[in-house]
Amino acid sequence: MRRRSTYLLIFILVLFGFTLWTITPLDRDVGGRDGLRLGLDLAGGSYLVYQADVSDVPPGERRDIMEGVKQVIIRRIDALGITEPVVQVQEREGEYNIAIQLPGVADIEEAKRMVGLFTVLEFRELDEAGNWTPAIGTIDDEERVLSSRYFAEDTYVNFDEFGRVFLAFEWNEEGRKLSEQITGRLIDEPLAIFLGDEPLEGEDGNIIAPIVRDVIRDRGVIEGLSLADAETLMRFLNAGRIDVPLGRWAEEEPDVFEQDVPLYEWTVDATLGEDSVERSVRAAAIGIALLLVFMLVYYRLPGVVACLSLGIYFVVLLSIFKLIPITLTLPGIAGFILSLGMAVDANILIFERVKEEVRGGRSLAAAVEAGFNRAWTAIRDSNITTFIACFILFWLGGELGAFMVRGFAITLFIGVALSMFTAIVITRTLLRLIMGSQIVTSPAAYGVARSETKAGDSR
Amino acid sequence: MIDIVGRRRWYFLVSGILILVGIISMIVSQAQLGAPLRLGTDFTGGTTMMLNFSPPVEQSVLRDEMTRQGHEGALIQAAGGGDFIIHTIQITSDEARDLAGLLGDELDSEVSVIDYRSTSPAVAARTARNALIAVIIAAVAMMLYIVWAFRRMPSPFRWGTCAVMALLHDVFIIVGIFSLLGWAAGVTVDSMFITGILAVVGYSINNTVVIFDRIRENVSKQLRVGFATTVNDSLVETLGRCLNTALTTLFVLLALFLFGGATIQYFVLVLLLGVIIGTYSSLGISSQLLVVWENRDWRSLLPFASKAAK
Repeated sequence: MRRRSTYLLIFILVLFGFTLWTITPLDRDVGGRDGLRLGLDLAGGSYLVYQADVSDVPPGERRDIMEGVKQVIIRRIDALGITEPVVQVQEREGEYNIAIQLPGVADIEEAKRMVGLFTVLEFRELDEAGNWTPAIGTIDDEERVLSSRYFAEDTYVNFDEFGRVFLAFEWNEEGRKLSEQITGRLIDEPLAIFLGDEPLEGEDGNIIAPIVRDVIRDRGVIEGLSLADAETLMRFLNAGRIDVPLGRWAEEEPDVFEQDVPLYEWTVDATLGEDSVERSVRAAAIGIALLLVFMLVYYRLPGVVACLSLGIYFVVLLSIFKLIPITLTLPGIAGFILSLGMAVDANILIFERVKEEVRGGRSLAAAVEAGFNRAWTAIRDSNITTFIACFILFWLGGELGAFMVRGFAITLFIGVALSMFTAIVITRTLLRLIMGSQIVTSPAAYGVARSETKAGDSR
Repeated sequence: MIDIVGRRRWYFLVSGILILVGIISMIVSQAQLGAPLRLGTDFTGGTTMMLNFSPPVEQSVLRDEMTRQGHEGALIQAAGGGDFIIHTIQITSDEARDLAGLLGDELDSEVSVIDYRSTSPAVAARTARNALIAVIIAAVAMMLYIVWAFRRMPSPFRWGTCAVMALLHDVFIIVGIFSLLGWAAGVTVDSMFITGILAVVGYSINNTVVIFDRIRENVSKQLRVGFATTVNDSLVETLGRCLNTALTTLFVLLALFLFGGATIQYFVLVLLLGVIIGTYSSLGISSQLLVVWENRDWRSLLPFASKAAK
């Protein structure tokens, strides 16, 4: 028993050391250790949800097209220099939403404009001044820009007999007319592909602008691309074949689609986020200090042990948040604090049991063992109900597309799971070692007055 | 030994009054606001924003100015330090910024939109529906779990029912309190309110299970004494733990409520109330209902009925 406790102590110390190393420093990246990831309510930023109008897309292709739309949006946001955007496709009852988290964005209107653009890619040619201008042809006296809208079917990437990569495409009838006019006048000239006002670039940072070698009527190929570039281009072109406007369906008239109007929008100023961080850290510090004092005064020696194991709990939990990583939000901090309360609960359950056993006349060591064993069913059964609540919250958060709700559920779940581990492994090992070393033998140290014990009764 | 079980009529009376007040409040709210709770823009659609005024302005002045700008239905709450939370009809973020500019010009203050949230009615309707589904699923799941956890006891279904009754009691009282705050103090409920309620559901059952666990243990030890005595013993034995756990959790939550800022204040209030009421109900409701059921002493649920012969 002693030996096992010693091994466990070593394990606990190693775990503590490692996690302490991973969390320092908290706010910066050092040696691949990222800073704590803050949600937009703490860091500032925007969260936008758009409905996608997929009425022009055949039902079987919707999922693929939405994936392409997502890639296109990520590309646009990256072009704005926003770090770590999160773009998600949410599918619900045949409807598709695009949810976009933009941490720390300064100009939300610019971001919205970029997101709201069509996903269609335009072809552009160089004018005399050397600027890229839309490649225009005419159909029935109407000027039209050659774009990815005119592909007859999905483009694809393949290899020729020499193993060189090419991307093959086929125009539809209108595309054929436009292509014939445009490529006819652009022989030996470049033709670039634009997403909004941004040209598509290869991995090497150069604009993808294939030179027209011949008049292209029905089918054509683009050669000279790297495999990765060809595949990226293919995804973009295919996503751009069909317009998927983003916006929302009007409330009163279900057939009217309000383009560029987000279904849900939330923007937090970075100053409010800073303020929230400051306030919640201070609040947590005050609360935790009170809690520790209470534990020390009421439970004495086990209280000291509980404080130690709570300290370890705190560090391990922060480390888990950093390593997974979990995005910390305000409700997440509340979940964290609630789980701290529950971590204390497991300790209290055990200590109260130990007290009872001591009062019942057991030796201290036996009382600690019995206390742990008896408290276990209560700890297990009671925490499972909290887990159930967390699962339901996680589901609800997904249904609402509300990452705040999910953040709370995840932090509470991890916190409660870890609290069980802390109480059963860490508190127990520390208490056992103290018992075994015979440093403290007075029941008074365990918050039990001597007169309360059975031994004390025999005066 | 403290007699907790013997005073159960008092608990039922107190809970009955709290629930009655809640029901009356919800009726008043329904008549005044068209819903039992003052629903936030998460549930109705609209815009919620936080404006910072530097230097700060009076709330009444801001209200008058908002009315002048065509937002007469806006709900305005002061959040301290020149911050105001405003709930109003749906406006775009551009319009919000224009409105902030106009308010600043009229009231001689530097105004910035520091938090802006806009929800379409379609999303709001789904949020409300899903929230209700989640609470119902949670109650059923908790019930099934307790029936399973107490499957070796005679009539496990009874344990599950009593625990869920206490849970619904807690949820109902908190909803009642927020209903009261809604029409009396303009407090709105949002999706974080639902999150708080579900967390309370988990916490309340957690407490009940700890006590039930002790009753389960004592029932198998003490075969001779009556069930009411066993329950009372179990309550007294777990009393220290229940109160201490509630206290430690209250410390941290209270700190968060007082110093954590306006953004999550009402969310933390839900958790605070949940811890208090959840602790109370696991002592005063769920275990007492078990005793009532075991003894078929249904008359004790009514506070003024004459005492049944023991």
